[in-house]
Amino acid sequence: MHAIEFRDVDFAYGEGEFRIQKLNFSVEKGEFVAILGHNGSGKSTLARLSNGILLPDAGEIRVFGTLLDEKHLYDVRSRVGVVFQNPDNQTVASVVEDDIAFGAENVGLAREEIGKRIDFALSAVGMEAYRDATVARLSGGQKQRVAIAGVLALRPDVMILDESTAMLDPKGRREIMEVVQKLNRDEGVTVLLITHFVEEALLADRALVMSKGGIVMQGAPAEIFSRGDELLAYDLTLPRIGIIAKRLREGGMSVSDTLDVEKLAEEIAGCVS
Amino acid sequence: MKEVSFGQYYPVSSFVHRLDPRMKLFFLVAFIVAIFVADSFYGLAVCAFVLALVVAWSKVPVLKVFRAVRGVLFLALFTAAINLLFHTGETVYWEYGILCISKEGILFSAYLILRLFLLVICSSMLTYTTTPVSLTDGIESILTPLKWVKFPVHALALIMSIALRMIPTLMEETERIKNAQTARGANFESGNLFKRIKAFIPVLIPLLLSAFRRADELSDAMEARCYKGEKRTKYKKLQFTWRDLVVLFVIAALITGVALLRVYVGEIL
Repeated sequence: MHAIEFRDVDFAYGEGEFRIQKLNFSVEKGEFVAILGHNGSGKSTLARLSNGILLPDAGEIRVFGTLLDEKHLYDVRSRVGVVFQNPDNQTVASVVEDDIAFGAENVGLAREEIGKRIDFALSAVGMEAYRDATVARLSGGQKQRVAIAGVLALRPDVMILDESTAMLDPKGRREIMEVVQKLNRDEGVTVLLITHFVEEALLADRALVMSKGGIVMQGAPAEIFSRGDELLAYDLTLPRIGIIAKRLREGGMSVSDTLDVEKLAEEIAGCVS
Repeated sequence: MKEVSFGQYYPVSSFVHRLDPRMKLFFLVAFIVAIFVADSFYGLAVCAFVLALVVAWSKVPVLKVFRAVRGVLFLALFTAAINLLFHTGETVYWEYGILCISKEGILFSAYLILRLFLLVICSSMLTYTTTPVSLTDGIESILTPLKWVKFPVHALALIMSIALRMIPTLMEETERIKNAQTARGANFESGNLFKRIKAFIPVLIPLLLSAFRRADELSDAMEARCYKGEKRTKYKKLQFTWRDLVVLFVIAALITGVALLRVYVGEIL
């Protein structure tokens, strides 16, 4: 059974304006999948389809075997959480604790259980000290961690991050990626990371590249990034480490196309000495 | 970001902070009643004393408390000036046509200013010591009986708390747009009133557009977190404690005090 499965999914915002066309893919339980794509490639639409904010025009989407339709909307939504791009547009309440409680309140949990969920979510994102803080006074990275905690309070099996790091500074971006990796590793949360930062995709088990509403490349991140020219055709660039290795090779240095910083450093050291 | 004084929560733990929001709302109403019952400076002195107690028990810095008054300073001075000039009395110090300054006028203006300040300070004490969420919880709880007549109490409470939550975000945004327009040569500082209002249109339109976009994204985020507007539970449950009982006594004492003063001492103007 797949965690998420898309079968021949079509979706258009308006008549004939396809955003997603004949999309087929699946994500396994516990997997960490990165979805790369340029603006307008349909990757955000995919996120909104995965938990029923949008419903497909044709084809079917299954979440742990359950068909995603009007009837099972809330079953699916409590299993698939989405963290969006702008941290300011996701928090409902002014105080951290109240905001995290929002999702848990929506599904009608008992008070004690909500309290436990808040404890769990705050410690999972490392924000225990900010339980009573005002959301507006937090940094971008902290706000986004609160948003993640708000989703975690529903104890989802799958977490989709829809460009959740796009508006953050490098520090905030690093914080979020650490949290996401930890969740995937320690809590077994299936992660679907939608991004246009190729560096982030390196952390994933598998990467998919989207263009014009379909999946055009997929495989291990290292394998995807070894096909630099192809990526360029989809308006994506190599991670910086890949560009350095490529330039060094062009300059005559015999380094491999590794994306591991440590390994590349050793290889360069080997060539120089 | 500029400090927003009115409507901002001051996060400390105090006696007043831990009160039930419903009791605080009730206190505000009772206090307003007391201010209007008090028809003498003695009566207002009693109100001021009680308010001073509240401030002391709230641990909110006194300077911050007075800052709340700044917003209504112009209104207060304007009202006072009008009353000062038009209020007639027996002891007249100065007269010109229909304008006159009298002892009674001065006292009455002072009385009005004092009343307005007490009112503003008391209501900002409510927002200083109560989080918007618990305030809306309180209002929701008070309005609950209206559910019987199919009034959407929960939706109203949610709208209020989101509006409060968005205030700092939108203020920040206004500042950003203003800076962006200033960089493009917009001038907000000079010209007559009409020109200045006109200069604000290039700020208001992007602000409005972005507010709609935010609303759209927020509704997606809420739906993604299983919001359906019904069958919700509440994490924070309102509960009256011994503290609220104390407040009830304070309210009783306050109302009795000003009422007795009104009956036995009477108007001193």
